[in-house]
Amino acid sequence: MSGPNSDYDPVEVTPLRADEVEAMRDAALDAIAGAHDLGALKQVRLDHAGDRSPLALANREIGALPPQARKEAGARVGQARGAVNKAIAERTAVLEAEQAERMLAEETVDVTLPTGRRRRGSRHPLTMQSELIADIFVGMGWEIAEGPMVEAEWLNFDALNLGPDHPARTMQDTFWTVPAENHVVLRTHTSPVQARTMLTRKPPIYVACPGRVFRTDEYDATHSPMFHQVEGLVVDEGITMAHLKGSLDHLASALYGDGITTRFRPSYFPFTEPSAEVDLRCFVCRGVDSDACRTCRGEGWIEWGGCGVVNPRVLIACGIDPEVYSGFAFGFGIDRTFMFRHGLEDLRPLFEGDVRFSSAFGTEI
Amino acid sequence: MKAPVSWIKEYVDVPEGTTTDDITRRLTMTGLKLEAVHSPGAAITGPLVIGRVLTKEPEPQKNGKVINWCTVDVADANDTGEPQGIVCGAHNFEVGDLVVVVLPGAVLPGDFAISARKTYGHLSAGMICSARELGIGDDHDGIIVLPADAGVPGQDAREVLGLDEEIIEFEVNPDRAYGLSLRGIARDVAVSVEGASNFRDPALRQTPAANDAGYPVVLADTAGCPVFVARKVTGFDPAAPTPAFIADRIAAAGMRSISLAVDVTNYVMLETGRPIHGYDADKLTGPIVVRRAVAGEKLTTLDGVVRELSAEDLVVTDDSGIIGLGGVMGGETTEMSETTTSIVVESAHWDAVSMFRTGKRHKISSEAGKRNERGVDPTICEAAADRVVELLVAHGGATADPGVTVVGTPPAQPTITVAGDKAARVSGMEISEQTAVEALRAVGCEVTGTGTLSVVPPPWRPDLTDPQDTTEEVIRLVGYDKVPSVLPVPPAGRGLTRAQQLRRRFSRVVAAEGFTEVVTFPFVGDADFDQMRVPADDVRRKALRLENPLSSEAPLMTTTVLAGLLRTAGRNVGHGLSSFGIYETATVTVPRGGATRILSVDHGPSADEFAALQAGLPAQPFHLALVGVGAAEEAGWWGEGRTADWADAVDAVRVVADSVGIDLAARGVDHAPWHPGRCAELSVDDTVIGHAGELHPKVCEAYGLPRGSVAAEVDLDVLIERGVHLRPAPTFSTHPVAKEDVALVVDAAVPAAEVEAALREGAGPLLESIRLFDVFTGEQIGQGRKSLAFALRFRAADRTLKEGEASAAREAAVSLAAERTGAVQR
Ligand SMILES: [Zn+2]
Repeated sequence: MSGPNSDYDPVEVTPLRADEVEAMRDAALDAIAGAHDLGALKQVRLDHAGDRSPLALANREIGALPPQARKEAGARVGQARGAVNKAIAERTAVLEAEQAERMLAEETVDVTLPTGRRRRGSRHPLTMQSELIADIFVGMGWEIAEGPMVEAEWLNFDALNLGPDHPARTMQDTFWTVPAENHVVLRTHTSPVQARTMLTRKPPIYVACPGRVFRTDEYDATHSPMFHQVEGLVVDEGITMAHLKGSLDHLASALYGDGITTRFRPSYFPFTEPSAEVDLRCFVCRGVDSDACRTCRGEGWIEWGGCGVVNPRVLIACGIDPEVYSGFAFGFGIDRTFMFRHGLEDLRPLFEGDVRFSSAFGTEI
Repeated sequence: MKAPVSWIKEYVDVPEGTTTDDITRRLTMTGLKLEAVHSPGAAITGPLVIGRVLTKEPEPQKNGKVINWCTVDVADANDTGEPQGIVCGAHNFEVGDLVVVVLPGAVLPGDFAISARKTYGHLSAGMICSARELGIGDDHDGIIVLPADAGVPGQDAREVLGLDEEIIEFEVNPDRAYGLSLRGIARDVAVSVEGASNFRDPALRQTPAANDAGYPVVLADTAGCPVFVARKVTGFDPAAPTPAFIADRIAAAGMRSISLAVDVTNYVMLETGRPIHGYDADKLTGPIVVRRAVAGEKLTTLDGVVRELSAEDLVVTDDSGIIGLGGVMGGETTEMSETTTSIVVESAHWDAVSMFRTGKRHKISSEAGKRNERGVDPTICEAAADRVVELLVAHGGATADPGVTVVGTPPAQPTITVAGDKAARVSGMEISEQTAVEALRAVGCEVTGTGTLSVVPPPWRPDLTDPQDTTEEVIRLVGYDKVPSVLPVPPAGRGLTRAQQLRRRFSRVVAAEGFTEVVTFPFVGDADFDQMRVPADDVRRKALRLENPLSSEAPLMTTTVLAGLLRTAGRNVGHGLSSFGIYETATVTVPRGGATRILSVDHGPSADEFAALQAGLPAQPFHLALVGVGAAEEAGWWGEGRTADWADAVDAVRVVADSVGIDLAARGVDHAPWHPGRCAELSVDDTVIGHAGELHPKVCEAYGLPRGSVAAEVDLDVLIERGVHLRPAPTFSTHPVAKEDVALVVDAAVPAAEVEAALREGAGPLLESIRLFDVFTGEQIGQGRKSLAFALRFRAADRTLKEGEASAAREAAVSLAAERTGAVQR
């Protein structure tokens, strides 16, 4: 910048002329307003606020004015430049916002396009049904017990009061293994897990045993050589049939909805006495106008499983004193439970492994 | 057991208005479970009447057949009173016989609608019926000819035929052997059905006293056969027909009518529950002796089968040798026939266990055996024999021989000692001692004492031996429907075990990787191992064999989950699916040469005994197997898809292992069913947990899978056992990172993991992470060589690295890699 110029005629110096300064300012403001993109505005900034812009040049003249004139001229030019800079800042903000908006608009996609790049997995409904049942037991404070599928004959039969000459032993069609003298079978029920539990824990025992079991049934719509069961076992002091009923009623309502209860019909199982078959109040018709109900076929009740008071002979074989402890046990089919709940009439899809079947159930049921 | 309601009512009175439904409901609640109620006439609607044959004109046909053109009097049943013209193909009737006529408008079983129709040149207006056409028997050799006094023409034939009868079918549990007789069922009706009364025991009869004039019998094994009653009839007419009431009732029970003599023994068995055997007396020689067989002795039973006997079998013999398998099945040589005129009636009590074993050993399932092995009332041998004699005399024209042989005595009934409040304590109901005593007396027990009851069960209840048995009787009679509902309060539980939680987690992790769970049967055969290319000497072929597999193709318990999974994958491809992943978690069976024993049931096994039992079972590790077919990622608007490859299979397993903090080591191996050059053996420390990679092309072909399909199978038990339970919280350095890349050329056969391990060790403690980001082969690298590019990140825990520190660490890493693997820096 040049220094004060004493030869300069202040009258001739532009800044002193208010109308000139205003004209410069107005021209700048017009140009700013007329800039329609950031590129144009950049040029406007050079032209009207840059070092070579009229207002910058005018500002440079101020130093040459006599002191008394400087103040007024300085204020005038300063105000004009301030207004221009402010307008540029505002316009920049507006244009930047506009540009950002335009860019986002240009980036718009069709969000209805398919998104499944990764293959979805799913779990088998019987696994999930089994877990759901186990969770109910855990919620009741019971624990989950397990045992092997290939089992000792003694645990599958003898310990459960199914001696070699027990007529009921022929009721269960057993897969035997070779050689016979090894006394190894595919377990026909999850009851050997109960025996194992009694042999390895001390009462009080509150356990449920879900698992795979095998019978020599030909494979058809209602029979499978492999299926899933869950059994419950309680051994404690003072346990009665009333506790059995209470536990089954609780399970029934947890699995099938509030108000679903059970009823007992006399039956026979070697491992329990008294023994009963358990029926479940039909969860579809609830026993009201059952005639048209397909789920219970007009009965109002659905056959659910078997149960009873643990036979003292079983307690003895499993090393528990029947004079001190009593217990109850029950069992029902996990596959059947699933089929009821989900309206599956033919069980074969459960074991045929068609991906479309499991996929229909996702990862939770 | 099938019992006609009218037969039940012969022995017990039920109040007017008691329905069959009322009876079955009560019996079911006290222990005789209803299976079904059959009403043979239910499928017949419309006019079914008695007719009298007025004319019968045989008319030979061109096809050689002779039909009869008949007119039949059906009175007003046809609304005209005129004789009904009917064509009949049967010949077993004469003019004047009463027959069963179904008229047009009626419907017979099988939705067979009857209408007048032109046939053999006549208008045949209806049908003369056979038992088979009415659905009440198998007899189709001829039409039904009714007894002359059966009724009059035009009368509804339903009642005469017993078509209005209801037959109750019971499911008889092993503890309800008495339910295999009308006697037992009627007694239960008397006890259980409200208002039922006046039970008339068909086995309660005056029988002639035993004497020495009867057929000689010697019991050489009184444990096996404690009582043997023999009676004899002579002058029996072997041609005498079976009276209708006997034939109908045994047919209703599901047994075939054979001859009067046989039918009578079956009838009395149904009536009393006591199996009876009849011998042709003229074929017997010398005294009857009951003994155990000598192993190897042979007998041809009634069914014509030659049976080699065991020393446990009870046999009936005479001087000729063995003449019957006692209580199970008679022999051929003394069988009653169409010429039998003298009969020796055997009514003997047999040991139930022995009966069960013999039946099972010889695979004989007979009505007699079914009752004898469940237990029969031992006190009614004389009554049952006497009833048979009575019927043979009444209907077969026989004369009862005065000789009556009774050898042995029925076993004494046990006395059961039971607390008077036991039923209350077991049931959780308020059952007074008096109620319990009354219930026990109602089922026939003798009860004495108070506080502690002495209970002698009736002889027809061999199942009642324990206090628990009598307790069940009491609770059943009080009513299961009255048991209250009380939720027991367990001690606080500990939730799922860690293993249970991990099994769930593993399954969820694999599903999240895009695999779908399936469940398959664990049965395999050698063909499965062949298809999987498992070598002949591979341990996986040493599988547990089933004695009685469902299919001879699959007699083994699988040692690999992949066997079922590969089949399932092939089936899915067959169903038109081209890209999918499936998995299964299941135990496999690995024999280890052990055996288990049958232990005592009188006490719990010792710890050693239980451990031995456990060790005697095959190992049953819990496996995960998975198969990937087609695209891991589909092509789409986003671009190209990606076909699943060996690395996807390995990574799916790694994700599972990572979930429990386990870093799996891989090693290339040749292992079926995988591609010999694309199979990773995966291990934790030095324990191999399984394999993953691309399937052998021949295996893919065998299962119908596209080439390049991938698979894995690992033992999850190891991951559960070795998984890090409590992982320490990490600390991070926030000092600046120094990045160094390095490219190393090694022999193509050198595993990348070895190079990485050397770099990691050589780089020392400043190394934060190392990642292989590129593998390059090509001419500039050289034949049989590959270039591996690693990104290394260095950072100190406590300070900023000094100039040159990171590069020095990198140099150290490279030189160790060079020393260990021959790597050359590019
Ligand atoms: Zn319903």
